[in-house]
Amino acid sequence: MRPGAPLSVLYVVEQGLNGLQFGLMLFLLAAGLTLVFGIMDLINLAHGSLYMVGAYLAATLTQATGSFVLAVPLAIVATAAIGMVLETMLLRPLYKRDHMSQVLATFGVILIANEVTRAIWGVQPLSLNVPAAVSGSVELLPGLPYSAFRLFIIGVGLAVAAMLYVVVAHTRVGMLVRAGASNRAMATAMGTDIRRLFTLVFGCGAALCALAGALLGPLLAVQVGMGESILILAFVVVVIGGIGSIRGALVGALLVGTVDTFGRAFVPTALRAFLPPSFADAAGPPLAAISIYILMIAVLFWKPQGLFPARG
Amino acid sequence: MNTAAKQPSGAPLPRVAGTPADDVLLQVSALSKRFGGIVATDALTLSVERGETQAVIGPNGAGKSTLIAQISGSLAPDRGAIVFDGVDVTHRSAHERAMRGLARSFQITSIFPSFSVVDNVALAVQAGIGSSLRFWRAVRSEATIGDAARKIVAQVGLADVADANAGALSHGEHRQLELGIALATQPKLLLLDEPMAGMGREESVRMVALIERLKDRFTILLVEHDMDAVFRLADRISVLVAGRIVATGSVDDVRANEEVRAAYLGDDEGAE
Amino acid sequence: MAWLRRAWPWIALALGVLLPPLAAALGQEFYISLASRIGVLALLATSLNLLVGLGGMVSLGHAAFYGTGAYAVAIAAVEWPGNGWLAGESALLAWPLAMVASALLALVVGAISMRTRGQYFIMITLAFAQMVYYVFVSLKRYGGDDGLSLPRRSHLPGLDLASDTTFYYVVLALLALALLLFTRVVASRFGRVLRAIKDNEARAESLGYPCTRYKLIAFVIAGAWAGLAGALMANQGSFVSPNLMHWEQSGTALVMVILGGIGDPWGGLAGAAVFMLIEEVLSAYTQRWPIGLGLVLLAVVFFAPRGIAGAFRKRE
Repeated sequence: MRPGAPLSVLYVVEQGLNGLQFGLMLFLLAAGLTLVFGIMDLINLAHGSLYMVGAYLAATLTQATGSFVLAVPLAIVATAAIGMVLETMLLRPLYKRDHMSQVLATFGVILIANEVTRAIWGVQPLSLNVPAAVSGSVELLPGLPYSAFRLFIIGVGLAVAAMLYVVVAHTRVGMLVRAGASNRAMATAMGTDIRRLFTLVFGCGAALCALAGALLGPLLAVQVGMGESILILAFVVVVIGGIGSIRGALVGALLVGTVDTFGRAFVPTALRAFLPPSFADAAGPPLAAISIYILMIAVLFWKPQGLFPARG
Repeated sequence: MNTAAKQPSGAPLPRVAGTPADDVLLQVSALSKRFGGIVATDALTLSVERGETQAVIGPNGAGKSTLIAQISGSLAPDRGAIVFDGVDVTHRSAHERAMRGLARSFQITSIFPSFSVVDNVALAVQAGIGSSLRFWRAVRSEATIGDAARKIVAQVGLADVADANAGALSHGEHRQLELGIALATQPKLLLLDEPMAGMGREESVRMVALIERLKDRFTILLVEHDMDAVFRLADRISVLVAGRIVATGSVDDVRANEEVRAAYLGDDEGAE
Repeated sequence: MAWLRRAWPWIALALGVLLPPLAAALGQEFYISLASRIGVLALLATSLNLLVGLGGMVSLGHAAFYGTGAYAVAIAAVEWPGNGWLAGESALLAWPLAMVASALLALVVGAISMRTRGQYFIMITLAFAQMVYYVFVSLKRYGGDDGLSLPRRSHLPGLDLASDTTFYYVVLALLALALLLFTRVVASRFGRVLRAIKDNEARAESLGYPCTRYKLIAFVIAGAWAGLAGALMANQGSFVSPNLMHWEQSGTALVMVILGGIGDPWGGLAGAAVFMLIEEVLSAYTQRWPIGLGLVLLAVVFFAPRGIAGAFRKRE
């Protein structure tokens, strides 16, 4: 939309849906990250690399099998497996180490993962196409055609969120996870089963990353470095939502997704309403880009531990 | 009991808040604090006279930690006033009160684990000698700080572990170091928060002896559960129940007070 | 020979003086400009080490000050060109200006960030750095995303900074000065208080130290030195771009500090040197050099937990 064009309700709705879609994908990423951060107290910079691996595997398997629907679950399982191997071999000894050592080690993992990906797939971005079945658009409201694929993403995102809620709130495993997030010492005192729980949690986080990667792949580019750019947003979501809280991750992700989308869509226009055009055009883009950071700072001022900190 | 260092004992009934004595070092007036629906401090009034050792006792949940936190400045009260050495410090920060001579030891040992024992104390000494916005000269070359620190380390009985890493000490030694750090700030008022916490019999005896040696040099407000220590050290005792001081008086007066016995000392170890 | 154990890093630094003639003799002049870049990054890493190692404040926004210093020099050079001592291209004007600009930014960012702790501090400093990044990306006048070229290096009276060798010696001298100041600060009253705050802030506060003020002072000093590093980097390549303040630059600086040894006066230099040298040396042999670098980082985490400089220190 051109800055200066009149605002329409339909446009707002469309952006709202985009924000919801983006937010749900961020939730998939943030959920795993917040649990790993909250329960295992691990700063995992390589979280974005799992997202990237998931996207690459989805793209490759879609090419190989010709079916997106078949490729994505395979990619998810494969990424989860890779994640669990990574956790067992490399990350487990880091749990008892300080955060800075974790930063250094996982940074090293990013370097290796990015380079290995380049070695296998080359430097050109992979193409991952929107599956034919959802490639059209749906007329949600008169005058509002909306991408069927994005609706599909929203649907999958909501389903996963619901599933996670059920698992975390109503199963034994979920209870262990919540206990671990709110009191790590207690969790580790519960014995060796806890190591398997950690691996499982990590594997699930990796699976969610892969799903997000596969779903966002057709919209964003599947290329090396895609993990790092979204990792920042995932950390912002985790901080806003409160470390260790899935509920916080969902609320935070929806907030970030909406604020970011609305910011990019409306801030330049809004500025034009009361600033001279040259000013508005100059200030608009950076202001839109930093809107989520302003959101984060505002939230931290009001609630320094995030919206729903798992630990009291 | 050592009567020589005691102040004249107060009346057995709660001291009326009104005309403060000339030598009142700390005056807490109508202090109130609530957390949500819980009243932790309930219009509490307390005064500590210069030179005395006053103990605050009370059952668990009476609000002792909250009171200490408000006096030392780490927690702000909802209402009321705290006047220290003639100055209203109610809204002053913890470090400002420290600079005015209010030193506090912590119930849960709070030292600097990556420093040596003597350096822990030296940090406290340094705070009282000039500005620390010095960037060039090595602190170790400042004999005033090092000597003063070593002296205090010896005073609290840690001379033989002076250069050991403070994080590696035993619990009892940690409590001694706690006391040493508080002393090193040359305080006017020593706020001791359960100095005997978690100590065994022998360690407690040593700690009591240590504090006894400090009685005539410092004004002490002591929060403690260990009744033997309290009866041995205190000139006056204030009894804190449900956020209020219900009785203040000499050791004998408080021991004899029926209400207090019922509320607190009743089923306890009691007098020998 | 105990003094040797303490003195050898200084001796090694002094030997850095021999690098240009050596490189020239071997026909490898390229190493002089590489060494300059290592020196500048070592300066940046050392300034961050003051924050992280001494003060326990992990900042993921340090590159904002680095980039601001760089842009201060570039903008001054472009807006007020000339050869005089007071022209924008004069190092005597532009470099202190860079430090002041960075210090002021650090004052603002620090004052707001000091309210938070731990992971939240990391994120808030990151947020500010991203804001600064996007602001500079949007500055079309100064190149925006494409960056800005300097017509030539800053002008220092009596020295020709256009010469890579001369520039290297200036960088070496400033780095040596920074390292000297760092070692003095570590042992000073201020350094001790900072370390105490890192250990147990509540206790330090109760001793009478105004902790927030001291942390802010450290933050501003670190920011100013990062600004100087930025000024030097702007000169090194005669070019500045918003990438200098991107969070990935902050991350790299932090990785260098951890790699070299948090809190160790030589940590910044060790980390920057190892990081850059691995990149340079390995990239000559293989395109896959990041794998080698990643493996080195992992090796340091598991086998040299106190970092590279820390590994050389006798266990106390």
